[in-house]
Amino acid sequence: MDLDGAALTVTAGRRSSATLLLAALPITFIGVLFLYPVATIVWTGLAPDGRLDLSPVLRVVSDPAILRVVWFTVWQATVSTVLTLLLGLPAAYVVARLDFPGRKLLRAAVTVPFVLPTVVVASAFLSLLGPRSPLNDLAVRIAGEGAPQLSLHHTVWAILLAHVFFNYAVVVRTVGGLWAHLDPRTEEAAQVLGAGRVRTFLEVTLPALRPAISAAAAIVFLFTFTSFGVVLILGGPRLATIEVEIHRFTAQLLDLPTASALALVQLLFVVGALVVYGRLQRRGPSRQRLRSAADVARPPRGARQRAFLAANLIVMLVLLALPLAVLVERSLATGSGYGLDLYRTLGESRRASILAVSPWEAVRNSVVFGTVATVVAVTVGGAAAWVVTRSRGVAARLLDGVLMLPLGISAVTVGFGFLISLDRPPLDLRASPLLVPLAQAVVATPFVVRILVPVLGAVDERLREAAAVMGARPRQVWREIDLPIVGRALLVAAGFAFAISVGEFGATVFIARANLPTLPIAIFRLLGQPGAVNFGQAMAMSTILMVLTATVITAIERVRVGTVGEF
Amino acid sequence: MHLLHTPVRSPKRLVAVVAMTLLATACGGEPTGTDASPSGSTPAPTGTTAAEPTATPTEAVTVTVVTHDSFNISEEVIDAFEAESGITLELLASGDAGSMVNQAILTAGNPQGDVLFGVDNTFLSRALDAELFLPYESPELGAVDPELVLDDEHRVTPIDVGDVCLNYDREVLADDEVPTSLEELVPFADQLVVENPATSSPGLAFLLATVETFGEDGYLDFWQQLADGGVTVADGWEDAYYGQFSGGAGEGDNPLVVSYASSPPAEVYFADPRPDEAPTGVIEASCFRQIEFAGILQGTEYEAEAQQVIDWMLSPSFQEDIPLNMFVFPARTGVTLPDVFVEHATLPSDPIELDFRQIGEHREEWVEAWTSTVLR
Repeated sequence: MDLDGAALTVTAGRRSSATLLLAALPITFIGVLFLYPVATIVWTGLAPDGRLDLSPVLRVVSDPAILRVVWFTVWQATVSTVLTLLLGLPAAYVVARLDFPGRKLLRAAVTVPFVLPTVVVASAFLSLLGPRSPLNDLAVRIAGEGAPQLSLHHTVWAILLAHVFFNYAVVVRTVGGLWAHLDPRTEEAAQVLGAGRVRTFLEVTLPALRPAISAAAAIVFLFTFTSFGVVLILGGPRLATIEVEIHRFTAQLLDLPTASALALVQLLFVVGALVVYGRLQRRGPSRQRLRSAADVARPPRGARQRAFLAANLIVMLVLLALPLAVLVERSLATGSGYGLDLYRTLGESRRASILAVSPWEAVRNSVVFGTVATVVAVTVGGAAAWVVTRSRGVAARLLDGVLMLPLGISAVTVGFGFLISLDRPPLDLRASPLLVPLAQAVVATPFVVRILVPVLGAVDERLREAAAVMGARPRQVWREIDLPIVGRALLVAAGFAFAISVGEFGATVFIARANLPTLPIAIFRLLGQPGAVNFGQAMAMSTILMVLTATVITAIERVRVGTVGEF
Repeated sequence: MHLLHTPVRSPKRLVAVVAMTLLATACGGEPTGTDASPSGSTPAPTGTTAAEPTATPTEAVTVTVVTHDSFNISEEVIDAFEAESGITLELLASGDAGSMVNQAILTAGNPQGDVLFGVDNTFLSRALDAELFLPYESPELGAVDPELVLDDEHRVTPIDVGDVCLNYDREVLADDEVPTSLEELVPFADQLVVENPATSSPGLAFLLATVETFGEDGYLDFWQQLADGGVTVADGWEDAYYGQFSGGAGEGDNPLVVSYASSPPAEVYFADPRPDEAPTGVIEASCFRQIEFAGILQGTEYEAEAQQVIDWMLSPSFQEDIPLNMFVFPARTGVTLPDVFVEHATLPSDPIELDFRQIGEHREEWVEAWTSTVLR
């Protein structure tokens, strides 16, 4: 990524051509790897003999069973988003503003759920929320027989809880990333002028955070709107989202007209959500003074702050740590106690068959694919974020919206679209191992853009102007003003992109080579056969995935201290 | 706020270079190197001048086998074939069996690979109607149980056979307590987990077993009784077996589940330490036969090599390798079975069977009727 070329104070002509050049990158990327395949498959469905036939769309929107699915999809996504924001915002404050031992580790740890394959998380939730839950045993032990028993499996509550579990990190990190840089003096000033805590929060802090909050809300909404595995496993067959139906009509029934009509309905809602989000964004982001995170965080002061910190830690413990602990516990169970047997047997596969990959091989594949995907996503997303924040025209807003679409469009639509659109030279990507990281990058890019735009947009233009007036060259302005502030966001974005790539399953399962499985694919394969060893090894592999993610994210955050931490 | 001069390197370009190098190693390091040339499967319809349409005999040919994601075979069996034939095998897993067939239909004429493995009798007619395959009668077919050869034109070749059966948890239900027929299953409805036939291959097989047993007029009544009795429906095998079933490695509380005839030997084989007796049992009267086929994809450039791959899949070494890797039985007769199969596996002699053409004609209709009866 070479943002140096995007000069700031040079002539308008050079500036706009540089912007155009930068814009070409994300446009090409998203056009070839997303818009073209999706358009091809939808067109195949709606114009089987070359003539557009919209009757499947009419049939779909007048089918009461499908309308129920649409209603449920919108309902569960909205409730999931609100719940995630309610629980995630306090936690964003905690990791952004309070300095306490283990804070960095915590920030990395909350991201772990986000990358775990749904099938693994669902199995952890199953045992926590199902009839044989250890929580039920506990209730009986405390209150005796007849104690209230938890059985949320195949209910909407299981879906909502799992959605909060998965997306908590999106809110904590997207909002926390901006919160860590807000100048607390503005809030202090408001309080000096007589505003109470609540009023200060509502009138000073909240408006300043609005770009990040609306970005997080948009991502969570789109993610849960297209939820697949969670709904399938935890919701059971009676609760279906549009995504589940698209998958059924495409992969199982090959009824492309209906699938395409459903894809258009899905697109309609996604665009609607993006328009609302765009409105919210345009009221901000207000230019504001941003500070280095290190200057902002303070140790908790007073009983109230300590209680607030404790309350948040308890939420994380119950919501995030408990399901993860279940996974780790099972990976260590050996039938007669606890030990590392399952990890040891992972290395020495019983037979050298093609599916039995050693964990290290899967880790290597995941890391290589994830690294490439991260570089691609940060490059493309960085260029896009720069263009979006620098030019405020309709075209830039459109680009911003289009880049969000991959989050809201069914993975199976994209996957099947790949098959029939990228199948001829020069774009015969079907046979290329590059397809895996590229597909992962398509999913990760929206996150990079969303994390970078609020921060880039909030850099005070006057700082840049001042530096330019003092004789700094554009390159220097970028280096001295933007990079220190944006650098942290870039690293957050890279960490997230990596996490998404490493955990990506929906698209990867369609295109992964049998001999280059990633960790989630290897876990999925282990769960495909009966037997206690297979199940236990899947849990051990999941634990390895958790540790890998947490390690990489912690390492990335450490880089920050060395290069752009202090100014 | 003041600005200090912070020495900032330019790490981004370096990262990009490192990543690209990594990528190059990752792709180039693979023996197959498919990225370099348009893969052998692509017929290159637009006359691109650079692409060589056929491989010269001295050049190593790569044959791509499209499979479902539970295809599995030993590395040594693959290595031996590659060494002997000079053919390089590329394995492309593309989702579950149904999704794989649909992808093949969508890309008919310009296939992703040369050979497709894993279409079974529940999806066979869809694949044959779409004219996916080139006919080939393998000389090895003589050693195969003739009952498994369903297509007279030999567009597909049977490779393995397995049954979808009800499994029960032997810790909860004694061997003489379990239902011995599908009719007797009704009182057990609230202890039974089935998969949704719209999303799961064993679920579809079990639905077909009930259609064959009770007839087109009677199967919905049976399902209505199961639904009224409180049968649990899961969307996939993983949730049904690990999440809802109480036997073996399952964590649920239902002692009856739709799984495979080979699940008990798998429970023994994948246990540490291995028990003498399987923790689960199979109700033979419920078993529905699934035969898996392989076929040469129309549009391949390497038909002769693809035929060699089909022969190899029927060869004794491949067939002997099937049980412990895919937990199904070999199609070839006279193949030595592993001990764990001999002791714990059953291949019912008289399974429930339904003509694949009839399945093809009514599959969607039956699944739709099932959905209305059981789920709505």
